[in-house]
Amino acid sequence: MPKHESSSALVPDENAAPASDPALRHHFDDLAQQHEAATLGMWLFLATEVMFFGGLFSAYMIYRVWYPGTWGDASRTLDITLGTVNTIVLITSSLTMALAVHAAATNERRKVMSFLVVTMVLGVAFLGIKSFEYYQKFAEHHVPGLDFRFEGQAPERANLFFSLYFAMTGLHALHMIIGLGILSVILYMAWRGRFTEAWHTPVEISGLYWHFVDIIWIFLFPLLYLVDRHR
Amino acid sequence: MDTDTLALPRTHYLNAEFGLASWLLTTDHKRIGLLFLGSISMFFVLGGIFAGMIRLELLTPPGDLVSDDTYNKLFTMHGIVMIFMFLIPSIPSVMGNFFVPIMIGARDLAFPRLNLLSWYIFMIGGCFTLYAIVTGGVDTGWTFYTPFSTMASTSNVMAAAVGIFIMGFSSILTGLNFIVTIHTMRAPGMTWFRMPLFLWAMYATSLINVLGTPVLAITIVSVALERAFHLGIFDPAYGGDPLLFQHLFWFYSHPAVYIMILPSMGIVSELIAAFSRKNIFGYTFVAFSSLAIAVFGFLVWGHHMFVAGMSVYGAMIFSVLSFLVAVPSAVKVFNWTATLYKGSVSYQTPMLYALGFIGLFTIGGLTGLFLASLGIDVHVTDTYFVVAHFHYIMVGGALMGYLGGLHYWWPKMTGRMYPDLWGRVAAVVTFLGFNLTFFPQFILGYLGMPRRYHAYPPEFQALNVLSTAGASVMGIGYLMPAIYLFWSLKYGPIAGPNPWGAKGLEWTTPSPPPTFNFDETPVVTEPAYAYDTVEKKLA
Ligand code: HEM
Ligand SMILES: [Cu+2]
Repeated sequence: MPKHESSSALVPDENAAPASDPALRHHFDDLAQQHEAATLGMWLFLATEVMFFGGLFSAYMIYRVWYPGTWGDASRTLDITLGTVNTIVLITSSLTMALAVHAAATNERRKVMSFLVVTMVLGVAFLGIKSFEYYQKFAEHHVPGLDFRFEGQAPERANLFFSLYFAMTGLHALHMIIGLGILSVILYMAWRGRFTEAWHTPVEISGLYWHFVDIIWIFLFPLLYLVDRHR
Repeated sequence: MDTDTLALPRTHYLNAEFGLASWLLTTDHKRIGLLFLGSISMFFVLGGIFAGMIRLELLTPPGDLVSDDTYNKLFTMHGIVMIFMFLIPSIPSVMGNFFVPIMIGARDLAFPRLNLLSWYIFMIGGCFTLYAIVTGGVDTGWTFYTPFSTMASTSNVMAAAVGIFIMGFSSILTGLNFIVTIHTMRAPGMTWFRMPLFLWAMYATSLINVLGTPVLAITIVSVALERAFHLGIFDPAYGGDPLLFQHLFWFYSHPAVYIMILPSMGIVSELIAAFSRKNIFGYTFVAFSSLAIAVFGFLVWGHHMFVAGMSVYGAMIFSVLSFLVAVPSAVKVFNWTATLYKGSVSYQTPMLYALGFIGLFTIGGLTGLFLASLGIDVHVTDTYFVVAHFHYIMVGGALMGYLGGLHYWWPKMTGRMYPDLWGRVAAVVTFLGFNLTFFPQFILGYLGMPRRYHAYPPEFQALNVLSTAGASVMGIGYLMPAIYLFWSLKYGPIAGPNPWGAKGLEWTTPSPPPTFNFDETPVVTEPAYAYDTVEKKLA
């Protein structure tokens, strides 16, 4: 190592591509590498999320197999109309999110912003409907721990169904709220004109997250609402 | 490098910036590694104090030092602190953080700010657990078995559970960061099969962290929620099942023992190669065995539940699978031994720890096979045989590897050498103290002394006295590095870039490394451990 180099330790080395883009972080060589890292990071994070929900899903499955009668009774008390409406709301929001990502790729700032706003409005609508359903459950004394009452076979096991119902939908709703937070940051960044055709990775990976949360619901809806509808 | 260059004032990661803020807000992976080193060392001391009190209580047959309730809290908190606050983070957060980027020739981890966040998350979680300890402790055992933890225990289960839940995210983030970094940021020429085996171990460990820890998180949250709101998930009164907790818990916690041991195995591979001046025999086998351990580790959790009410067929399957998971570990031990064979072995401090690791890990692993055999397990489960087994793995294995790595990389991290003689003495004292502590526990367990009791029949006293004596010897073994490593920070001889004459990118950059690790992006042209090329050139 030549001696005069010693003071240059703080500067990234000159061999790296010239820091052409302000979005390039110092420790990456180029935007492609930075993009690859961010995307892989999000996919891995989603894998952890699958495992996270997986614990609850497996508990739900086991008890569903053990207590089909109770599960049917309890499931039939859920409001299928609201559930269906919510499913449609959420799928639509996935569509608008995808459109926002597309608009970012073609660098249409206004479109990015409006699609993001629509997505967020749909997200808030979902949460609103969900809270109304929670309120109904509360009025019917179907919230475990709060003066729980249930007419049907094996009321004490119904407690277990509703525990899982609230745990799973609650966790999902929490993810929605976090998603809304992320989207507001993205909206702000889009408004500030931070994204370019070459670099709009944050829009893409928050899109991934949003789709993931939607997919969780696509599993929750039939499991919770449609179980044993035919009987 | 000539000596006068060394004496020149040089900017490196330690003196690039000064002040508390420059540490608390740093995104430099090396500094974050040191932050972790400081925190987990404190937790290790805390866990050690609990261990000392356990051993003192067990010096005499009657429960005369502490009450039964206090004893329950002691072993619980010893377990929680050692496992969740020391062993699981230890090697990944300290050596992994420090060396993963350097060993692949990158300037930093892929997500530096996430990395800093993971330290803060760890400390916040740690504070919750410490809060649980100072406000009266926890008595459930580190395993939090239901229904005791959800219904009966009156201790601080909530705070401890929340702390463990939070610390889990620190592991997840670190694991995620490593995987992405290894995938996307390798220097030119650093192919997968040129990577040092430590990196393969880090990669496999990260996979477990990323896929296993969330399951623990949701399980622990369920325990907390069940305590608060009577969810019924584990409560038979509502049709719930306490065994479900054990399934979920061990689905994480068996792989978690590999979170503790795999990183050590990675370090041992580095040490064996460096101090016997040879390429690791069967490099690819050792690399893939790490992945195999990570994958198979998820399939054997049931061996912790043989006597908990599992069908005979279930138990048989888990027994067989447990034998299978031993194979990749055996592959490693075999390959290390083969590497040593005809190597030009030098017995410096790190090497002594590595050799200690191999011996103790082998004993721990073999007794694991005893336990995986249904019949024997029914006899010795919940006795000191189990305690001895997991301490051979976790203390004899994981901790020895950690100390070996700390000694090996200390000159790189600090730029200073420590007195090698003292290092060797410490390694030998630790090894002897360790065996004196834990070997008698195999016999005790075989004779039927149950674990987690604060009093025992008089005929077990002799072996218990041996064990307590061993614990004090081992304590001295741990104290010595604490002293001479601190001493070396000020008085140790300047290390130079490569004091061991070892291979690997970390030895090509100055000690301590500059802020962005390398003055020029390195280009890799040869496999890891190309020691034979050195010899050929010399010959
Ligand atoms: C330094 C000397 C140590 C001594 C003397 C010691 C002693 C003990 C003893 C006597 C027990 C059994 C308590 C019981 O079941 O009644 C125990 C449990 C345990 N120890 Fe250690 N230990 C030491 C170090 C460590 C270290 C370094 C670790 C981890 C890195 C560790 C991890 C554990 C775990 C996980 C348990 C199980 C706790 C439980 O099952 O509740 N120990 N230790
Ligand atoms: Cu196990």
